[in-house]
Amino acid sequence: MVTKIMNWFDDRLPLTATIERHLTKYPAPINMNIWYLAGALLIVVLVIQLLSGIWLLMNYEPTAEGAFASIQYIMRDVEYGYIIRYMHTTGASAFFALIYLHMFRGMMYGSYQKPRELLWVVGWITYLLLCMLGFTGYVLPWGQMSFWAAQVIMSLFGSIPYIGEDLLIWIRGDYLISGITLNRLFALHVVLLPLALIAVIFVHILALHEVGSNNPDGVDVKKFKDEDGVPLDTKPFFPYDIMHDLYAIGVFLIFFCTIMFFYPDGGGYVIEYVNYEAADNLKTPDHIVPSWYYTPFYAMLRAITFPLFGLSAKFLGFVVMAAGIAIFVALPWLDRSPVKSIKYKGVYSKFFLSLFVVSFFVLGYLGSVAPSPTKTLLAQIFTFGYFSYFLLMPIYSKYEKCKPVPDRVQLS
Amino acid sequence: MQPKSPPNPGRRKFLIAATSAVGAVGIAGAAVPFLGSWNPSARAEAAGAPAIADISKLEPGELLIVEWRGVPIYVVKHSTKSLNQIDKNLERLADPESIEDQQPEYARNKLRSRREGVSVLTAVCTHLACAPKYYPQLGVNDFDNNWQGGFFCPCHGSKFDLAGRVYSGVPAPTNLPVPPHYYKSDDILVIGEDGDVA
Repeated sequence: MVTKIMNWFDDRLPLTATIERHLTKYPAPINMNIWYLAGALLIVVLVIQLLSGIWLLMNYEPTAEGAFASIQYIMRDVEYGYIIRYMHTTGASAFFALIYLHMFRGMMYGSYQKPRELLWVVGWITYLLLCMLGFTGYVLPWGQMSFWAAQVIMSLFGSIPYIGEDLLIWIRGDYLISGITLNRLFALHVVLLPLALIAVIFVHILALHEVGSNNPDGVDVKKFKDEDGVPLDTKPFFPYDIMHDLYAIGVFLIFFCTIMFFYPDGGGYVIEYVNYEAADNLKTPDHIVPSWYYTPFYAMLRAITFPLFGLSAKFLGFVVMAAGIAIFVALPWLDRSPVKSIKYKGVYSKFFLSLFVVSFFVLGYLGSVAPSPTKTLLAQIFTFGYFSYFLLMPIYSKYEKCKPVPDRVQLS
Repeated sequence: MQPKSPPNPGRRKFLIAATSAVGAVGIAGAAVPFLGSWNPSARAEAAGAPAIADISKLEPGELLIVEWRGVPIYVVKHSTKSLNQIDKNLERLADPESIEDQQPEYARNKLRSRREGVSVLTAVCTHLACAPKYYPQLGVNDFDNNWQGGFFCPCHGSKFDLAGRVYSGVPAPTNLPVPPHYYKSDDILVIGEDGDVA
């Protein structure tokens, strides 16, 4: 009976073939480690965000007059409203935490190298979309930090020479951040950006399944196949990988729920305290900080305090910040190393990758605290460290001495 | 069965190019309303009308905040003491002569003011648009060891003197803008219009 139904479908839609190709029989390298769980967890978080977002939408009011009150309404009067909202705020932080781990995994094991350049670029686009989603979503509660974060980020566009002022008015739709601005960010956050995100993630997975997963050794598992054409160093996704993933999802949800139920503010990192005050366009909060997942880039923006080449410090700061986000996309072409994985790369690659990680965390800290001359100097030094990982890569990855790469994957 | 090549490749090429060009024009035309609708609406434009403030009760050293186009405008009546101090740290300012075009012609003078002793400033930091805070007290404070009075931006630490002139070595690139304004009478200040330019 089941076979009959499946056959009926298979004659009209490549159902079984698709399931086998993308799920059950997808060959996953046998040496995949804990870093490879982030991808699956990201899909889980995507589903959490879509569901909780749609449910928030049922009670949220996208107007300057009503937005703040409607969030309080969701928190106090809507049944389980506070859980739905905390799910969405915790999910936002989890989304970024996981995508940073996921990106770092790729950087560590050279997952952006040939033939996975396009996979990396598409993944980078999902990160950009996520940044836009984070920003637009952050404005919607219309609290003090929502308003002033929007003020700071949007005024960056005003620093572009010649067209800046007009561009700024066009983006805001007003001479100030107003309900008009709120409404358009709302439309982008709930319709355009999620649609784009889902489409791009779909392409990301399609591209992944075309070229196959990389692995911690960075070796090509497709070189050695058994008589059925299945790569020897892989196992089918079902039932082997799905078991790991399910276990990881369980552990992840324990952490997720701990924050959601017991520490929804995350010490001021998941929800900032200033945002418990309604937006006031005449009163700047004493200390403006972006969400933790943007702080490294915010520190870069503040690090540029000097004009150069006739461009203002403000515009240069904007350019450096944008470059900090954009430069990831160039990795496949910056890396000239003959080997993929950091395990077999030379000492310089290891040094610069460590420098990148240290810089990212230090900048993340500096971007979350009030500026001072010492901290600005530190931010300048570590901005330099951050970019040297990328910009010196064509040199150090080409000339360093690498270890020999084995033919097959290594199980320790 | 597809023919190996079209019977007339030149004509085919021309038709493809022409169709694409017309299609592109169509897309550009269709984009106009979508992009244009992001401009300020008539209602938003009407809300940008001038603001009027009564400054008769403003005491020396005091700050009055007036809202115009949704941004705070600071009106400060300077005390004689601070007026005497204002030239004490010119060397720490980035643009003490107000050369950058950040004020109307009638305010291009030493104190950047239309009326001697009263500063009208757009309190939007020229760095990233936070509202700088008013610190009239002289001396040592959290952010400066020799403060001559002025405005300090809490967001990224930019400093301005009492006339809204920016310090050098801070993120803000230019002096605080002076909005267009005029005095309708001794006590009535109109912000947003130049009035009769004297």
